[in-house]
Amino acid sequence: MTDNTNDINEPGEERVPKRILGTPPSEGGYLVHGEQIDESREAPGIYVQDPDKARRTEKYIALSFLITFLAGIGFIVSYVVFQVGDLDSTAVSNATLGGTLALALLGLAVGITLWVRGIMPKYEITEKRKVLAPSPEQRSELNQIIIDGAQQSGLGRFKLVRRTLLLAAAPLGLLPIVLLRDLGPMPKTALRHTVWKKGLRLVVEGTGQPIRAADFNSPGGILSVVPHGYEHDMNALAKATLILIKLRPEEIQPPTKVENWTVNGIVAYSKICTHVGCPAALYEQTTHHILCPCHQSTFDATRGAEVVFGPAARPLPQLPIGVDNEGYLIALSDFEVPVGPSFWERGDAEKKVREGEKA
Amino acid sequence: MSQPTVKPELPKAADGPLKFIEERIPTGDFLKRNLRKVFPDHWSFLLGEIALYSFIILLLTGTFLTLWFKPSMEHVVYDGSYEPLKGVMMSAAYESSLHISFEVRGGLLMRQMHHWAALLFVASMMIHMLRVFFTGAYRKPRELNWLIGLGLLTLALFEGLTGYSLPDDLLSGAGLRITQGVIVSLPLVGTYIQFFLFGGEYPGEDIISRFFTIHILLIPGILLGLVTAHLILMWVQKHTQMPGKGRTEKNVVGAPFYPAFMAKGGAFFLFTFGVIALLGAFFQINPIWAFGPYTPADISAGSQPDWYMGFLEGSLRIMVPWEINIASDYTLPLSVLIPALVPLGLIFTGLGVYPFVERWITGDNREHHLCDRPRNAPVRTSIGMAGVTFYGLLWLLGANDEIAANFHISLNATTYFGRVMIFLGPVLAYIITYRICIGLQRRDADVIGHGVETGVIKRLPNGEFIEVHAPASEPMAEHIKGKKEIQRFPDTTADEGGVPAPGMRGLMGKMRVKLNHAYTADDVPLEEHHDGHGEQHGEVLAGEPQKGITRH
Repeated sequence: MTDNTNDINEPGEERVPKRILGTPPSEGGYLVHGEQIDESREAPGIYVQDPDKARRTEKYIALSFLITFLAGIGFIVSYVVFQVGDLDSTAVSNATLGGTLALALLGLAVGITLWVRGIMPKYEITEKRKVLAPSPEQRSELNQIIIDGAQQSGLGRFKLVRRTLLLAAAPLGLLPIVLLRDLGPMPKTALRHTVWKKGLRLVVEGTGQPIRAADFNSPGGILSVVPHGYEHDMNALAKATLILIKLRPEEIQPPTKVENWTVNGIVAYSKICTHVGCPAALYEQTTHHILCPCHQSTFDATRGAEVVFGPAARPLPQLPIGVDNEGYLIALSDFEVPVGPSFWERGDAEKKVREGEKA
Repeated sequence: MSQPTVKPELPKAADGPLKFIEERIPTGDFLKRNLRKVFPDHWSFLLGEIALYSFIILLLTGTFLTLWFKPSMEHVVYDGSYEPLKGVMMSAAYESSLHISFEVRGGLLMRQMHHWAALLFVASMMIHMLRVFFTGAYRKPRELNWLIGLGLLTLALFEGLTGYSLPDDLLSGAGLRITQGVIVSLPLVGTYIQFFLFGGEYPGEDIISRFFTIHILLIPGILLGLVTAHLILMWVQKHTQMPGKGRTEKNVVGAPFYPAFMAKGGAFFLFTFGVIALLGAFFQINPIWAFGPYTPADISAGSQPDWYMGFLEGSLRIMVPWEINIASDYTLPLSVLIPALVPLGLIFTGLGVYPFVERWITGDNREHHLCDRPRNAPVRTSIGMAGVTFYGLLWLLGANDEIAANFHISLNATTYFGRVMIFLGPVLAYIITYRICIGLQRRDADVIGHGVETGVIKRLPNGEFIEVHAPASEPMAEHIKGKKEIQRFPDTTADEGGVPAPGMRGLMGKMRVKLNHAYTADDVPLEEHHDGHGEQHGEVLAGEPQKGITRH
């Protein structure tokens, strides 16, 4: 939309069609009232368009505006005619409404652009810049005003006013912060626990079916698991969701905990990535790698979900599982360490667990 | 009362209202001055306009969306017209987003236009900012407007982040989860900020309504204020212009606001609007119904954020797994903190302080209204390109899973590549850009000194063949000659017995001189050779020692 086809050049006299003296001024002109263009108004830097070209351009402008008119009506017609509801009808409605709207806007845009380029004069007007900084005289006047005002206010002389004003402002500044206190509860130890506890059944995410250890028996299988009764509790799911992986017992290596932690090669790891908390949802059967699709942290399911690649710094915590007397999988306790992304107060929970075991 | 008649007369329809206003608001001089305000013309000056118009379109489409959107995380069972999700539990926010998409005529169009306009908004801001950077248009007196612009970009990123989370579909929830993971990793205050922001544990039931208020009221309000300030400053300081014939530091050459610029601006707004409507009509964006409602237990592979968040995603992806425990009790999750904060901090702090650092190094306190051509400030241009490379690599690596899948490259290889290139890439970019700039400066010097190749080969009486050079055309020569000398501080060490100026003493002063010398090291001066003009062949420079033309 720039007037200059060659941006480094100034359209000097020889480039821009300048009106030749003696040729008739363009009909209609650019002033109101159908007035003729006043020759004397052709100031330096204003190059009036060739009248014949302007006449021709007018037709194209009119055509563009006409297209906008028709497209505008088309929009209203589309709105009435095309109903929405399912994917297909909504797609048709969207395309016709958007198409007519775009056509209307672009028609107007093209018309105005033609108008500017074809009818309005070309401009190379020079305007002077003013120096932005004030003159020394202006500055001394301003300085005087500031000094006078400060003296008249008496803030310098009356120390008590100044000091108590500062004192008064301090608690007022704190009020907004105090007011925000009830935005949420204190974290306390909430991030260290999940809803898992001894005896809570593992159910399949989505269907809510409890899992019989004997039924989940194909090695390489994986299930996304949530705690029974919390299937729609977002806060619980954000920490307690598990992946359940069936391995051949001989594949399982330390530091995976086996005794009282697994059931016939079924291991349960937290599904919440220890990096920033995305669900580590991808599992590669051949390598037994668990992959988080967000930032590609990769964990080895056979070795206690230790990190083998990516930005995560800690293994996915393992949940001790067992079976209840009906043969369904249950948790044997909560996680030993906090799940999900690290936080300041987390500390080296894994080390503390190891020390606790030794003691 | 008889008043002296005003000539020329305006038609009644215009005269009446104008008179009404003028007699109540003293605008006379203001209008006279500003209606003919001159705006210079260059394609790159339109980039900021695209950002402004996208913002207006965002306000229009966004307002439409608020008429139906329900910023609530209350659980509802879907019973709308989109069959595949019937009976599914979801939040009211997601349900109302589906309602806008499928049951409000034009709703999907407005949603898609809103999203496209947001992408264009941030994109045009960034490119506008690059234009301002590479042409040195941020220099005095425009440093404040540069900072306002930086504030606008920062807010726009937060605006995008909060808006992206509102529909509460599975993809938007993944973004929110990452945000939470980053917040909670902050030392000392992380868990508290997370609990206060989310109203408790993640995801809680407050975040959508809080983000909604931030997205539709708080940030747009500040944006609107800053945009206004940005425009007022631009208006008062007048626009910069490219160097060229008749253009100086003391004038501005171009078209007047009324009628030309006004009409062009209007048309450009309509173009922007039209293109966004076209995108909204024919290019699907964020089909939330396909993702399903958010649950923290699920994710889809190939999750990608909006493009402007991609660089943070890439930065998180290439990080090495560092985590420090302090006395077993406290954790510094560096594998989150460093990638989330360091690139962002480097880029934004760098952009914020650059005008002031450059002014300190060059000691240049003049007002600048003529833009620099990037080649004429090689250090700045090279720093800029190093920054662009840094950002670009992070952005590219934010999609490394897509790259690995589509080009059959090992995913791990892309990560290792990123870990090396993030350090090497910017250095290479700096060196290459610097050499290109100097090369272009030499060519400019050649054009001014020896003219332009004509393709005419001439044989001299002594048998030598030369190519005839013609003097550069006036517009070209004027454009090249717009180059300004950068002040080089006197060499204090060589000045025997000389006392350095006050600003160049001490450790900081010495560093300043060193930086100044580095900044001005390779300037190629423009010299006109009047002897045998047009007959000289272009090989003259090659014979001279390099130092002779690069140092002065």
